[in-house]
Amino acid sequence: MTTQIVGILFDGLAFGMLLFVLSVGLSVTLGLMNFINLAHGSFAMIGGYVTLTLMREGGWPFLATLPAAFVITALISVAFERTLFRRLYRSTALNQVLLTIGLVFVSAAIAAYFYGTVQQPIQVPDYLRGSHEIAGVSFATYRLFLLVVALFLVALLIGGLEYTRFGARIRAAVDDQRMARGLGIDVDSVFAVTFALGSGLAGLGGALAIEIVGLDPSFGFHYLVFMLIVVAVGGLGSVGGSFAAAALLGIFDVAGKYYVPALGSFLIYIVLIVLLFVRPRGLFGKR
Amino acid sequence: MPAIRTTPADTAPGPQAFLAAQTRWRLVEILFWLALLSPFFLLPTYLTLASQIAITALFALSVDLILGYAGIITLGHALFFGIGAYTAGLVAKWGWGEAISGLVLAALAAGFVGYVTGFIITRVHHLALIMITLGLGLVAVEAANSASWLTGGADGLQGVRMWKLLGTFEFDLWGYSAYGYSLGALFVFFLISRRIVHSPFGLSLRGIRENLDRMPAIGAPSRARLHKIYVISAAMAGVAGALLAQTTETVSLETLGFQRSADVVIMLILGGTGRLYGGIVGAIIFMIARDQLADMNPQYWYFWIGLLLVAVVLFLSNGILGGLDRLLPRRRGDA
Repeated sequence: MTTQIVGILFDGLAFGMLLFVLSVGLSVTLGLMNFINLAHGSFAMIGGYVTLTLMREGGWPFLATLPAAFVITALISVAFERTLFRRLYRSTALNQVLLTIGLVFVSAAIAAYFYGTVQQPIQVPDYLRGSHEIAGVSFATYRLFLLVVALFLVALLIGGLEYTRFGARIRAAVDDQRMARGLGIDVDSVFAVTFALGSGLAGLGGALAIEIVGLDPSFGFHYLVFMLIVVAVGGLGSVGGSFAAAALLGIFDVAGKYYVPALGSFLIYIVLIVLLFVRPRGLFGKR
Repeated sequence: MPAIRTTPADTAPGPQAFLAAQTRWRLVEILFWLALLSPFFLLPTYLTLASQIAITALFALSVDLILGYAGIITLGHALFFGIGAYTAGLVAKWGWGEAISGLVLAALAAGFVGYVTGFIITRVHHLALIMITLGLGLVAVEAANSASWLTGGADGLQGVRMWKLLGTFEFDLWGYSAYGYSLGALFVFFLISRRIVHSPFGLSLRGIRENLDRMPAIGAPSRARLHKIYVISAAMAGVAGALLAQTTETVSLETLGFQRSADVVIMLILGGTGRLYGGIVGAIIFMIARDQLADMNPQYWYFWIGLLLVAVVLFLSNGILGGLDRLLPRRRGDA
């Protein structure tokens, strides 16, 4: 019984960490520019396909493709940010939603054109397969790896935000954009860099996700709902909030599917609605 | 935009005259509605499609009321469409195949759910609003899927049998009655919507859309008004769903799905929001294009839709009708 609960907690936490990597960039960019970027999931998908292509065509080892997924996604995203998104920062939420949904459709079609609509599996290296047995509970190696990566990223992000000059600029811009501009912070370029980093993280998340949830052209849309839940519940612009929300969501989802499969995703949506109604700014939202 | 005039305030038309000028029927509008009758004579083989278009147009009109006029962004309005469809479908399945009363029941059911969810909807904004509408829609799909004893689940609701419409017109395979019925309903609800948006209530909604916090200061309680239009819109969406259930004599889970919620917003944006005809024109173009490209893989169809969305947002922010407005010489008192 206990081992079962520990197992579910672990699987849920690993899934939650995946969600965290996928969505933390969206949280920060939303908090910074209030730009509703529904194409964030598509950036994650790009990262997934980068890893897939490099492994299959280029014969790269899995771990080596991860930085590539990050960098390439970041570059693509910043190209979009500079040419398309920035025109809509002062526009209505509706226009932002529509433009980015349009991009989701386009990217899904392009992915389907080049890779087909079927799930694309990858072969992770041997040392990430199998599982470790600790105190009678078996922990899948890949999930442990996910957990380590996510915790490393959390440390990096919180450290970067709290203790670097650039992090201070981001925090200032999130808190009060006008004031930050007044103090001479170039909010536009801060945002461009943050956007690239956030989307790059999504790309990394997409690459990491292939082994757990698979990869197909609907990825950008399917996981968007999860990402938005994490962001909405965690509160905009909050790394810690996203982390907690992602962990909770992952555990809730895995446990819900295990114990009450009849309810399906029902429970999560209900929790989402109630939470947002009570705390529209998210559980850890500042404003 | 009619009100921009340089006349001094005392000679400017009063509010009543302003509203009256807006409600006047224009020739284009009359021609438009007459043209909608043409499928009966010109394209009798396409009447089933025409009926679907009229239903979708009614759905788009209901979304326009809240999205275009009141500024409530929704990604889950198929919730009400589906509730209307299932209500009408179930009533007919249980042996009451009279169509008009089915519509009324569907409107009541959807309106009631709209009333309940309206308490949530009118209290949240921006991302939380979008997420909650999305969440409500997804909950409804899950609920309908798990209540398969009632809804038929993924197989859809079977065994819907309609009586003759008004006791005379059989729902035939060709869709004569179906199109006449759907078009009639669309027209009735168009008249109602036209009345609503050109009333002082409708004007106050536009004010709330522009500035939610300032309207209460001039005596328009924002939340109550938003709640009211949300219920009206929900009931109308329910009627659209009921029409689909009655004319096709089946209801599928897809009536509640996110795809429908997203498509209707796309149509509305395509045609132009906040201008009544936007949803109708958008629905016509969208549905005909989809029918013509039906043999195309849906994935690629959405490529063009996506591209179109990006283009509309960037270059044609008021939709096709807005673009036409700009091209044509400006006339006095345009709606």
